[in-house]
Amino acid sequence: MITGTPKPIEEILEMVGPYARIIIAGCHGCVTVCRVGGAKEVQVLASTLRLAREAAGQPIEIRELSLERQCDPEYVEQLRPYVGDYQAVLSIACGAGIQFLAEKFTTTPLLPGINTGFLGVTVRQGEWSERCQGCGDCVLHLTGGICPVTRCAKSLFHGPCGGSVRGTCEVDKEISCGWQLIIDRLKALGQMENYGKLKPCKGWSSARDGGPRRIIREDMVL
Amino acid sequence: MKAGSNLEKVLVAGHFAVTAECGPPRGADPEIVRKKAAWVKGNVDACNVTDNQTSVVRMSSLAGCMLLKEQGLEPLIQMVVRDRNRIALQSDLLGASALGVRNLLCLSGDHQKFGDDPQAKNVFDIDSMQLIHLAKTMRDEGVFPSGRELEGAPQFFIGAAVNPFADPFEIRVPRLKLKMAAGVDFVQTQCIYNMAKFKTYMEEAWREGLPERVSILAGVTPLKSAGMAKFMRRMVAGMDIPDAVVERIGAEPKEKQAAKGIEMCIEQIQELKEIKGIAGVHVMAIEWEEKLAEIIGGAGLLPRPQVD
Repeated sequence: MITGTPKPIEEILEMVGPYARIIIAGCHGCVTVCRVGGAKEVQVLASTLRLAREAAGQPIEIRELSLERQCDPEYVEQLRPYVGDYQAVLSIACGAGIQFLAEKFTTTPLLPGINTGFLGVTVRQGEWSERCQGCGDCVLHLTGGICPVTRCAKSLFHGPCGGSVRGTCEVDKEISCGWQLIIDRLKALGQMENYGKLKPCKGWSSARDGGPRRIIREDMVL
Repeated sequence: MKAGSNLEKVLVAGHFAVTAECGPPRGADPEIVRKKAAWVKGNVDACNVTDNQTSVVRMSSLAGCMLLKEQGLEPLIQMVVRDRNRIALQSDLLGASALGVRNLLCLSGDHQKFGDDPQAKNVFDIDSMQLIHLAKTMRDEGVFPSGRELEGAPQFFIGAAVNPFADPFEIRVPRLKLKMAAGVDFVQTQCIYNMAKFKTYMEEAWREGLPERVSILAGVTPLKSAGMAKFMRRMVAGMDIPDAVVERIGAEPKEKQAAKGIEMCIEQIQELKEIKGIAGVHVMAIEWEEKLAEIIGGAGLLPRPQVD
């Protein structure tokens, strides 16, 4: 899922400072699962802002809304009847969702209520960890199902570097050395011959470097 | 001959090679490099110039190399893949070769977290293994990785660093093998203190016949004090300093510890000379270049051979 963290309330208060009527828009997708941008979080954030603005003598009117997904046009349209009545939309979906709202509602300021994190997994309740950088050229079959681009702090294709100490990365003792994980897994799978192979320089054109990426599935386009 | 550098000639002639390193200054003052050069000159076959080591900004490695060259020293340019993408790396390889730098060391580079600019964006477009291969392709085939022909191939004696002490130990030799497959002519090791472990590493390398096909220069760093040993052990990842080493230098009174450190370094070089497959020694006297003559001379490695 796409993860995120709430922005500090001070930052949000500053963002909404100029406005007296706003919508807070949540999303029932990833950000609900990681409990940063769902209906419940919309409610909590709205109450917090109302109280703070009340206390500051500048009350704010907030409409609480949550969409099934902010990244799909059919759900985004559900917001249209309300947008015109408000000065701004504070979205607590991921960056994709926030931008999609901005694209669709061109005359309304869109404010980000969360900092979007990464493509990750729930390690345990309350802990998420990155697994994929969406580089567009997956090599997991060669690396024991563990991504060198994401799990190695240097994204090395021939790790580990000299900074691997007892399974941890020199960058942070709380981070496992991605290459130690890869090697352990390759050994367990009996695929260590993959380690000894020289990998060609990675093509990053399928990663972020070519501008915003597109996927067009001709078989699905109507 | 791959590149005809002095270091390569010394090794080909079968001499026990000596290299050292100079860290360029944290500023634009060339006199600091010239002063270090004077300490190094005559004591080594080539001198590494580090590339923003520990991610702390310093004068560029290429500029440092040129300053050494002006002083009559043979430079060895260190190049990390942390700060430059493949376009910049290729360009700098061409530039360094054009300016007469004939030795190259390909490295990943310390993570930027350890430097003064921990918020910097790292590059790692390619890794050190791929840089080795890129340099070799350019040198031997006269083409860019894209396949386009070069207007003059860069000439480098290509090296890499190896750390026999980092984890996991079992892939240390396969990793050396991989660097050889990528195209290294020589390797310089991380500072060795744990001689027993290093000997095991060399035995494993011999099992595959690797030292016959690559020049292994053993890295040493003289300790200035027991405190320095403890600091390095604690702060530098992959640095293996056994208790016995720390205790031996620590047994001396503080004012005599530096001299003891030099004595221990000399002993160690002599021991390394006896290990089959060690082609030379890489003396990293960190901010202590003035002691190089004493250490290298003390180990019986002076004067340096004249080859041509």
